[in-house]
Amino acid sequence: MPRLSSTPRGFAVSPLRAAATPVATTLLGSACSLLPFIAEFPLFPDTGLLMALGWRLLRPELWPARAALGLGLANDLIVGLPLGQSAAIWTVLFLLCDLADRRLDWRSYWIEWAVALPLFALAVLGGWLFALAGGSGASLALYLPQLVTAIMLFPLAVRLCAALDRWRLNL
Amino acid sequence: MPSSSLRPGYSRRAHLSRFVGYVVAVVGLVLAGLLALLSALDPTGYGALKGVALDATAPVSATGRGGVRSVGDAVAYLRGYVRAGDKNARLERELRWARSREMEARAILYENSRLKALLGLRDRSADAVATTRIVGSSLAAQRSFATIFAGSRDGVRPNQPVRAPEGLIGRVLETGRLAARVMLITDGASAVPVRGLRDASPALAAGRGDGTVELRPLSAGQNPFRVGDVVLTSGTGGVFPPHVPVARVVRATRDLTIARPIADPGTVNYVLVQRAYSPPPLAPVVAAPSTAPTPAPAVAAPLPAPAPPADAAANVVANAAE
Repeated sequence: MPRLSSTPRGFAVSPLRAAATPVATTLLGSACSLLPFIAEFPLFPDTGLLMALGWRLLRPELWPARAALGLGLANDLIVGLPLGQSAAIWTVLFLLCDLADRRLDWRSYWIEWAVALPLFALAVLGGWLFALAGGSGASLALYLPQLVTAIMLFPLAVRLCAALDRWRLNL
Repeated sequence: MPSSSLRPGYSRRAHLSRFVGYVVAVVGLVLAGLLALLSALDPTGYGALKGVALDATAPVSATGRGGVRSVGDAVAYLRGYVRAGDKNARLERELRWARSREMEARAILYENSRLKALLGLRDRSADAVATTRIVGSSLAAQRSFATIFAGSRDGVRPNQPVRAPEGLIGRVLETGRLAARVMLITDGASAVPVRGLRDASPALAAGRGDGTVELRPLSAGQNPFRVGDVVLTSGTGGVFPPHVPVARVVRATRDLTIARPIADPGTVNYVLVQRAYSPPPLAPVVAAPSTAPTPAPAVAAPLPAPAPPADAAANVVANAAE
């Protein structure tokens, strides 16, 4: 193990840092929607979900599906969505991730992307359905640009998660 | 495979704990879905919890807003510099036209106030509650909400109308102590009763969620709107005070009228939160004959929709629409 033995910092891993980094960065992702731009048109992707799915696909054993309940609820409060909306949608996505993990025997860059695409589409569809329940008559086609930006930014989010993962585990 | 928790092998205990984990997730999922449906149907629910979150997050947006605005201002300034010459000529032309209209408007305003006094009619307050800034908006959400930096501490309450000097912005949806969330008129769930400036045809301005509103005429028959028409609030049904510019028609076909809001929440400097408008009641007018015997009760019928001071409003709008 030349690489590990050459690490000057050794194996010391702070358990707090290891556990808190993914949660903190996902919350920061949610907080991206607080950026002081005024949008009348949903082009900005759901950055909280980008980070959450980035971590989930990078480290399948990191969070159980129920962790999405808490992360989603925090996202609802930060973004200002109807309380429980992202909690419900994100949990569905995490359960589907578990399902995908059981089906897929190996992973690659393209497979992760192919898994993420329908998940984001589902998230947009779910958000539209909840908006519909809230009395909004906006058409589904309106959210297509948001879906495209999310898909495009997903590799970036995974890269970010991977870099944070190395820092978190002192590798 | 990296994960042991996903493939627990033959351990009974591992199987059981995985099963319990999924039960928790699914039960939580159902509860969260119900919660979201409840708060989607009743946006003011869980106000306390959401208010605290709103208070905590609004300062974050507010601090960065100044920088973003000055970048936007710089771009507008450069653009204005390039087109200064012909803009100046056009503005002078408009000013001459506007001066003459202003005198007409003053005369009409005077006549209007006299007529209102005659009828014993008094508009119930379009008082200002708070003057504040828009600090952020729902960037990723499927709804068009904005955050303003004034809350229940300043007297802001749900359902109060919010306007900018140029025109209507929306109405307050929920409040924290320091900040409040505003549903913009372009949100898919927003509907504002309006009236055309040109022929006073009544319509409903329903948000489309993409930064425009759809005008739905309340009268059957031909589409009363043409491209360039401006609509004002009619005050019907309360909440929104009358005569506030709302939108300008950008596309009109046989059965679809699309209009763009006159006040752009991304560029307005200050917004005004007003007390919710309540239309003047009919009862005092009917009881009035002792003081003013001439207007018989028959006059009371058209009262809820008094004729707009069309020219005065035209002046305001002509300036705002440019």
